[in-house]
Amino acid sequence: MDTIKLTIDNKEVEVEKGITILAAAKKAGVHIPTLCHMNLHDMGIENKPGGCRVCVVEVEGRRNLAPSCVTEATDGMKINTHSMRVVNARRTVTELIISDHPFECLTCAKSGECELQDLAHDMGIREVHYEGEKSTYREDTSPAIIRDMDKCIMCRRCEMMCNEVQTVGVLSAIKRGFQAVVAPAFEENLDHSECTYCGQCVAVCPTGALTEVDHTPAVIRALSDPSKTVVVQTAPAVRAALGEEFGYEPGTLVTGKMAAALRRLGFDFVFDTDFAADLTIMEEGTELLDRLTRHLNGDKEVKLPILTSCCPAWVKFFEHHFPGMKDIPSSAKSPQQMFGSIAKSYFADKQKVDRKDLVVVSIMPCVAKKYECGRDEFAVDGNPDVDYAITTRELAALMKLSNIEFNALPDEDFDHPMGESTGAGVIFGTTGGVIEAAVRTAYELHTKKPLPKVDFDELRGMEGVREATVDFDGQPIRIGIAHGLGNARKLLEDIRDGKSHYHAIEIMSCPGGCIGGGGQPYHHSDSSVLKKRQMAIYKEDGAKKIRKSHENPYIEKLYEEFLGKPMSEKAHQLLHTSYFDRSTVFEQED
Amino acid sequence: MHILVCGGTGCRASQSEQIIQNLNTELQNTNLESDVKVVTTGCFGFCEKGPVIKVVPDNTFYTEVRPSDAADIVNEHVVKGRPVKRLLYKNPKNDYHVTSTSNIDFYKKQIRIALRNCGFVDPESIDEYIARDGYEALGKCIGELSPEAVIATVKDSGLRGRGGGGFPTGLKWEITRNVENEQKYVVCNADEGDPGAFMDRSILEGDPHSVIEAMAICGYCIGADTGLVYIRAEYPLAINRLKIALAQAREYGLLGEDILGTGFNFEIEIRYGAGAFVCGEETALIHSMEGHRGEPTFKPPFPSVSGYMGKPTNVNNVETFANIPVIINKGAAWFSKIGTEKSKGTKVFALAGKVNNVGLIEVPMGITLREVIFDIGGGIREGKKFKSVQTGGPSGGCLTDKDLDTPIDYDNLIAAGSMMGSGGMIVMDEDDCMVSISKFYLEFTLDESCGKCTPCRIGNKRLHEILDKITKGEGTEEDLERLYMLSNVIKDTSLCGLGQTSPNPVLSTLKNFHDEYKAHVTEGTCPAGQCKDLLKYEIIPDLCTGCTVCYRNCPVGAISGERKLPHYIDQSLCIKCGVCYDKCKFKAIRIA
Repeated sequence: MDTIKLTIDNKEVEVEKGITILAAAKKAGVHIPTLCHMNLHDMGIENKPGGCRVCVVEVEGRRNLAPSCVTEATDGMKINTHSMRVVNARRTVTELIISDHPFECLTCAKSGECELQDLAHDMGIREVHYEGEKSTYREDTSPAIIRDMDKCIMCRRCEMMCNEVQTVGVLSAIKRGFQAVVAPAFEENLDHSECTYCGQCVAVCPTGALTEVDHTPAVIRALSDPSKTVVVQTAPAVRAALGEEFGYEPGTLVTGKMAAALRRLGFDFVFDTDFAADLTIMEEGTELLDRLTRHLNGDKEVKLPILTSCCPAWVKFFEHHFPGMKDIPSSAKSPQQMFGSIAKSYFADKQKVDRKDLVVVSIMPCVAKKYECGRDEFAVDGNPDVDYAITTRELAALMKLSNIEFNALPDEDFDHPMGESTGAGVIFGTTGGVIEAAVRTAYELHTKKPLPKVDFDELRGMEGVREATVDFDGQPIRIGIAHGLGNARKLLEDIRDGKSHYHAIEIMSCPGGCIGGGGQPYHHSDSSVLKKRQMAIYKEDGAKKIRKSHENPYIEKLYEEFLGKPMSEKAHQLLHTSYFDRSTVFEQED
Repeated sequence: MHILVCGGTGCRASQSEQIIQNLNTELQNTNLESDVKVVTTGCFGFCEKGPVIKVVPDNTFYTEVRPSDAADIVNEHVVKGRPVKRLLYKNPKNDYHVTSTSNIDFYKKQIRIALRNCGFVDPESIDEYIARDGYEALGKCIGELSPEAVIATVKDSGLRGRGGGGFPTGLKWEITRNVENEQKYVVCNADEGDPGAFMDRSILEGDPHSVIEAMAICGYCIGADTGLVYIRAEYPLAINRLKIALAQAREYGLLGEDILGTGFNFEIEIRYGAGAFVCGEETALIHSMEGHRGEPTFKPPFPSVSGYMGKPTNVNNVETFANIPVIINKGAAWFSKIGTEKSKGTKVFALAGKVNNVGLIEVPMGITLREVIFDIGGGIREGKKFKSVQTGGPSGGCLTDKDLDTPIDYDNLIAAGSMMGSGGMIVMDEDDCMVSISKFYLEFTLDESCGKCTPCRIGNKRLHEILDKITKGEGTEEDLERLYMLSNVIKDTSLCGLGQTSPNPVLSTLKNFHDEYKAHVTEGTCPAGQCKDLLKYEIIPDLCTGCTVCYRNCPVGAISGERKLPHYIDQSLCIKCGVCYDKCKFKAIRIA
């Protein structure tokens, strides 16, 4: 490795060649504040437009100040990160940003998590010397995401996520100068765009410009309505991240405390989406086996690879961008919707409650789930299968509002019957997990033999596109995995062009899968947080007695008592869905 | 005999096309159409006096010609050999008529290299260009010289980028040549965006082949087979002439495959810009050409290494290119004899503002501002006093009379607190308020900022707001300090040249006209009498006859008073429109 020597704040450091001043300073123990810069380098995601100019430093011999996030460190450089000139410039730039920002910190959804607030605090700004016009924009509320561009600081992180990582291409900068803002084309609302509601823009927004639609008031109303039976389901990735909101280290599992807290909140039944994940495997795994068997028997009509369909942002993505391939993904509903469907039929019958008096709330790491539960096809006579979807962050806020001392809670279990799950259900929360769960079941159903080893390490990891071949007792099954919609697009284009050789593909929209979902506690550009959550998920799986979905006794009972068998007529009616062509058509207005 | 009629945008707007048509009709009527040719040329530069016509070979120069003058020109000048006296340029100093351009002060001190063919050739005729040594340089380069030798000539000539940056052109070519890549591009920056500047447009309108030839030479030097001209769509005439020129060059085998049988391939495409000032910045220009938002990115990487489509790209301005064929033909030594030590050759300026002769001029580097303003520009209009000259477009600095004898070159202008820019030069007189002027320029940069970086997006907005406050009499001395401080931070922290230079008008006027700022904030007055909010119309009771004219004409009813008694203006209602002042026959209204 080539190295260079440079001086940062009078201290000589030796660093690898080619890195930025910012990175070199970090190695030298110097923290240069940044705002627009975001680096999830493990995931290959970096945002460095060099736009905010907060990170400027003085480089000897250079005419103007250098933005450290984009300027390469070179041999012999003499850098001062806190000279009078630098501090004055940095303060002024920060004050300018604040001068065009609403002073609504007390009531802002992002208060306490806002990177601009932190910056102002760290820089000791007590007064803003610049007053003047502030940019104002129309607020845009969609089924899942709220855009309040008055709070946009033009860091362009959302734009980078939307365009480069997700290749959705909805958000981009429009207009010029002081009017410049990030918006969908023609400044339309998000719900008139191809937005998938993946929420990665929300996950990276440093301020309160992009936030999720708050469903907690509706949940509170339902909980306080004595005529309603309120059941809650919690997605697998929530338990691996919720603790962060209460000061736990990332990667701390808080499953038991979460169940206890939900009970304290007043939910009548505390269930687990993992149960529905096991159910998903029964349906999706069977569908995979069915297509596979037909394919292996020479049926040319059968569509392969089969694609997973758990992720609502992914579903909306292919409906917009690849509508011609909408019969390729599995027709199985997502676990959230399977849960809602079973809760409002099987469980409601058992409880002798009318579905209209049963309220299903889901706790999701995701903002797209808010959109998914509102899709017309997931309702019966206008009554949705899932009434409200709140994010991990909203759940934490709800607990704080309800005076729950989370850290002091005991560990409690989920309720039966829909709280029982296997390790396979748990790993739905991470990239590679859904397909691993499916393989565990499909293998045993196909070979009629027990798995020699439950862990499929070859399917795990964080690389954006992964592939592995699993040996189904002599029959190689080729599996592809993509997380991040940009990576999904690559696999989809291969399928469209007839270049794909996979039998099954798992796709999750968010980098890292649901653990990195748009509704999770903010990772603040620290990709190690995602890795720790992933480890927690596998830890919970490893600790489970039952680790294969088809061995979940309550699932077996559900089929016995209610559904018959996987892909039965009843299962089709309740657990499967179809997709729509949402390709964009420009119509001329009259 | 040839009658050269300016067909530039300015003269066309004053009916030069009609003049051409009338001249042709008159020539037909006198059966002279085969002896006399009417030629539509590019800009002569003397736009103040347009439309202009030159008759060759006798070089008679007519100004402010109207379509109805065509008959006299043909019947008197062409038929009888007598110049039409009333159309000749009149020397304002002595009122004598001047026949030839060489005797007109406006042209005397000019040296025309980039503009050599503008006003001489029909820009729509490749043959006329070739007749004036056109494409000789290209033939010489690709036929006889190695790319290294051509680059050496350009380097030796001392030519620096005319778009404003002043980067040595030969060095830029060399750097791009030395980056290894199979695909490289030559880009011509024709996104001229400075308000009032039209040198690039005039070159493309008047001599498009010179740019095409130079781009091909550049392509040969750096190893590119594709050239792209990025031109703003609001230059229709330039685009049209460029298109015609490109087609002609292709037809003559001077573009395309195997040019002049040398095996060298070069093709040029046109890319249209939407007229954003920031797209003159080369990285923004490249993003715009790629179909992305026109905003700059951090350099390095420089376009020479990673430019259009990620390929090595050499970006030069129109005027820079227009110099190249001459440098090849006449040699580096000839070119470098003109100019100062570090700035060689000439520079085209768009001279505008309060001078008598506005127009497009090309002067040798090293000429003083005084010569430009007072000799070429003919001094200040209406005999008023010179106050300031702003060079370098909207983000240049405002210089004063103490800078008038500074020789103009890249480095001197920067040292004086301004810059060369792409060659805008706006002259101001005693009636101009420098606070308003800097506010005016800032309005432009405010409009044209892309909004990517904080200091330019918000900083310039705040600067403008402070200036606005000052012009309204609401400023404080603290505001002056804030202006100074904020301007320096914007310069120090902005992402691209636009932001880095946008506070120049503020800083230079703060420095050079501090007293004027001070008067605004401490006394609440505008010494130039331009800031409306600081003006006060008052009636002098001793002079007022009570005629009621002001009372009857005031649009807002701010004036009251009895007939035949002195009237009174209610300042809280007055909108300072000045109608009372204009209408009063007794000079009884004063501006305080």
